Amino acid sequence: MSEESELKFATGKPDDFEALDPAMKQALGDFKGSVHAWSEAMMSRPRAARKAVVRRTWRLAAGAALASVLIAGAASGGLYEHHHRQELARIAAAQEAAHQRQLAAERARAEEDLLAKVDSDVSREVPSALEPLASLTNDDETTK
Amino acid sequence: MATANEIAAQEFSAVVTSHRPQIFRFLLASTRDVDLAETLTQECFLKAHRNWSRFRGDSSAMTWLMRIAINLQKDHWRNRRLQFWRQASTNTVDLDEASEWLASGERSAEQKMLAREKVAHVWRAVEGLSERQRTVFLLRFVEEMELSEIARTTGLNEGTVKAHLSRALARVRAELGERR
Repeated sequence: MSEESELKFATGKPDDFEALDPAMKQALGDFKGSVHAWSEAMMSRPRAARKAVVRRTWRLAAGAALASVLIAGAASGGLYEHHHRQELARIAAAQEAAHQRQLAAERARAEEDLLAKVDSDVSREVPSALEPLASLTNDDETTK
Repeated sequence: MATANEIAAQEFSAVVTSHRPQIFRFLLASTRDVDLAETLTQECFLKAHRNWSRFRGDSSAMTWLMRIAINLQKDHWRNRRLQFWRQASTNTVDLDEASEWLASGERSAEQKMLAREKVAHVWRAVEGLSERQRTVFLLRFVEEMELSEIARTTGLNEGTVKAHLSRALARVRAELGERR
């Protein structure tokens, strides 16, 4: 349909509907019928019941979403707490092991110091009564 | 003997009974939201009831009521534009669902399918129209109002109504042409 005939149609005379091409007429007629059918169906529907269902559904969905968030929050909080405790225990065990190692090293060092001290004391303090024998031993070695 | 108030109440009741389907239909087609259309229809008749004593019958009751409905719809869209976050909570029916409805009549399955397709194209075109074009288009092709009546209802002059209607038709024609 041309712009001119559309404007003719828009003059409001009932006959001008005929100026539209068949496809347009059919489409506009179907559209009108569709809106009328939809409107009639919606007017005769049990409105209050449907609204209540919609609202209840919405509330249920919101409640379920909130519950999911709370459960997820509690679970993640519990997991975090568990992980945190494990981490603290691991750190404490590592610190204890390091402390034990340090003590063992200190003990070993103290024992070594003590043995060294005993050795040096023993070698230096030769009894005076044995001194002649010691020189004899030296002489024997030199005569060989 | 009935008092003046009782007579007015009876008159108004008759107006509600006879015009409610048309007001609801127009608002439903304008908003594609069943709950919103019902709410606005109730608001329309509430407003009309409050002002019924001032209605002098210069225009028909239908024209007067339709003007109230159009203003309520405008106010609603204006408020919703300001409060844009409310859009998430609307119950607007999508185009395919709206196109499912057809006038009763004997048609083959293929004819029904074609009719639904055409209705969907018209809905798409209507969705792309400006608010005024859509109002004029729906008043003319769904409510079958005369141009002079549309002009009185919308407060536009007839020339402007014709121009809006012509543009709306061009849009529908283009939409139907594109899909053929």
